[in-house]
Amino acid sequence: MASMRTGAQIIWEALVREGVTTVFGYPGGAILPAYDALLDYPIRHVLVRHEQGATHMADGYARASGQVGVAVATSGPGATNMVTGIATAMLDSSPIVCITGQVGSRVIGTDAFQETDVTGVTLPITKHNYLVSHVDDVAPTIHEALYIARSGRPGQVLIDITKDAQQASTELQWDPGDVKLPGYRPDLRASDTEYSRAADLINGSKRPLILAGHGVLLSGAMAQVRELAERANIPVAMTLLGIGGFPALHPLNLGMMGMHGEAWVNQAIQEADLLLALGMRFDDRVTGNTKTYAPNARKVHIDIDPSEFNKNVKVDVALAGDLASVLDDLAPRVTAGDRKGWLDAIRDMKGEVAVRDIQNLPDSGHLYAAHVINDIWRLTGGKAVIVTDVGQHQMWEAQYYHHDEPRSLITSGGLGTMGFALPAAIGAKLARPDAEVWVVAGDGGFQMTMAELATIAQEKIKINVAIINNGYLGMVRQWQEFFYERRYAATPLLSPDFAKLAECFGLTGLRIDRRQDVVPGVEKARAAEGSVVIDFRVEQEDTVYPMVPAGADLHKMIRRPSSAPIVETADDE
Amino acid sequence: MAEQLQRHTFVVYVEDKPGVLNRVASLFRRRGFNIESLAVGHTETPGASRMTIVVLTDAGGARRLEANLYKLVNVLRVQDVTEVPAIFRELAMIKVATTRETRTDVMQLVDVFRARAVDVAPESVVIETTGTEDKIDGLLEVLRPYGLLEVVRTGRVAMVRGPRGVVVDPADLPARGPRGAAAPEDPEVSHSV
Repeated sequence: MASMRTGAQIIWEALVREGVTTVFGYPGGAILPAYDALLDYPIRHVLVRHEQGATHMADGYARASGQVGVAVATSGPGATNMVTGIATAMLDSSPIVCITGQVGSRVIGTDAFQETDVTGVTLPITKHNYLVSHVDDVAPTIHEALYIARSGRPGQVLIDITKDAQQASTELQWDPGDVKLPGYRPDLRASDTEYSRAADLINGSKRPLILAGHGVLLSGAMAQVRELAERANIPVAMTLLGIGGFPALHPLNLGMMGMHGEAWVNQAIQEADLLLALGMRFDDRVTGNTKTYAPNARKVHIDIDPSEFNKNVKVDVALAGDLASVLDDLAPRVTAGDRKGWLDAIRDMKGEVAVRDIQNLPDSGHLYAAHVINDIWRLTGGKAVIVTDVGQHQMWEAQYYHHDEPRSLITSGGLGTMGFALPAAIGAKLARPDAEVWVVAGDGGFQMTMAELATIAQEKIKINVAIINNGYLGMVRQWQEFFYERRYAATPLLSPDFAKLAECFGLTGLRIDRRQDVVPGVEKARAAEGSVVIDFRVEQEDTVYPMVPAGADLHKMIRRPSSAPIVETADDE
Repeated sequence: MAEQLQRHTFVVYVEDKPGVLNRVASLFRRRGFNIESLAVGHTETPGASRMTIVVLTDAGGARRLEANLYKLVNVLRVQDVTEVPAIFRELAMIKVATTRETRTDVMQLVDVFRARAVDVAPESVVIETTGTEDKIDGLLEVLRPYGLLEVVRTGRVAMVRGPRGVVVDPADLPARGPRGAAAPEDPEVSHSV
């Protein structure tokens, strides 16, 4: 039974049929027909305060759930405001679909009011995009877009729909069959030879290391990675986005690698004779100087995107394909091994540095970000979904919150987008309403998108926000300290009273500046019915250690100044 | 990267849709590759266009470029024909200044290079030639002393030798063709903002 529908109705009907239940958006002229039709469809629309927020929310939704996140905006400024969020999702392979209104097809190219060439603008930051100017194309395009977004390497698809295509009517013929995209190959398979070569390298290695990236989570390959690691006794190091792909407290877990990874992790990489790179792309924050990176190691790279092979680091064997299925096929060829010598050597590298155990530190009265984050970890039992912003707090989170579960850390890794945390957390909470969601943000990044507190209030969402407030743009300050002779140009930061600010939005605000108040504060926030913003006034000039300076050799890191995990001043006694 | 830089020639089949050239060109720019020449045209398969793209890069760069081209949804087929037996050709039109005294000399050069004069005016000759870039460069070099008034070159096109070529199966192309901009008139539809 075909029936007439407008393009605007078809947008929502197609999304509903694709299983979309929630969208994040902001109305405006060129998308008004779609908004008018929205009222008749069972879709929860979250009104954001800025379209950047809509894209971060869609992104957070996708990262928390594995489902495609959807954002909606109008033409021109609405669409261009999405650019940062789309690029953020792209660098971290997070599947989102953005729907934008476009001016009428007859006036495209005339610099009409609120006209921007959005498919042109977003061309390099999307996996694919569409300009739809005919009503008959709306439904198939949405079907195709969601397929492209979720298949292969997850990506970002923007659909720009002209106003007349939304207003015109057609018979809706929904064809949910296979998408026919002759040039699109999301289902690559490695050859038998490549499997054999990879297995030979693994079986012959004495000091192998698994490098687990975001692909482990995106592919849902946690069980496969764990099985491989345990069977062959291969320790696992994780990228920032790989955190949660392997249990933090597993004996074979080494922790995070790279610029702010622990020293033994990077040292193990430099001494390994085999790197097994799983769904990661040898980002410069992970490798340091590629000329001296893992000089003794053969490299096996498994990734769904062949364009990543030999991009940054030359590899010996590359297997293209979905990680979980590649590991399923590879596992039977891998022989068991105890690799005791290698595991012992790594234990020796760790030495006395018990950085993970900071809860027993004497209470100096000073509040450190690491304390705050570690306390949140203990009180939430490591079960919360933590959404971070970008900067020092982000690295401390990665170091002091131990994630056992996949999709429990949501963070902007590749693009490093400040302002990501608050909106992404809203998306994460809507994707997983039963999860305990915490924002961990700095005072700088939080102020970039804090208007979304109003979205939290309007949507009556329960999220707790921990602002790690040190009065500086802390990570930049740290670089200035190390590399620019402590000339703190434009990094001291005046902030509003965040607790009062929260009250203005109808939320609860707390301010904490002593360590003994952290636990009661966090408990109060957890128990509260509504969202709570806690302004943690932490040590101002604290530093993230260890650190590999940008472009430096991975084993030449700036270590913690003492064996103590956190800098305690002399008057701590 | 100690690998040697070399001119790589790619034959790329793409869906004949608006914006595809832009996507391909944008990819080269974004990944830091410099296009030396690019030629586009229709093919034996309706709905598919064929690009011949020449890029100066090393072997690793060429492989990454191929992988990146395949990431574009509208790209159907990519082949690096640099190392396979193939015919490379370029077409050039060259407008040379001539006088009564020099015209004969110029026409002789045209014959030697197996080019053709396609327009003769009192003060100029337009020469058309096809061949490899080297041949065209050579012709330009000998004509230069007479005065090159205008030169246009198409860029390289390539075809693999022998019965097998770089082709796409028409059956692979989507049934839904490109749609014209003309939508049926509907009084309810507003084309203004």
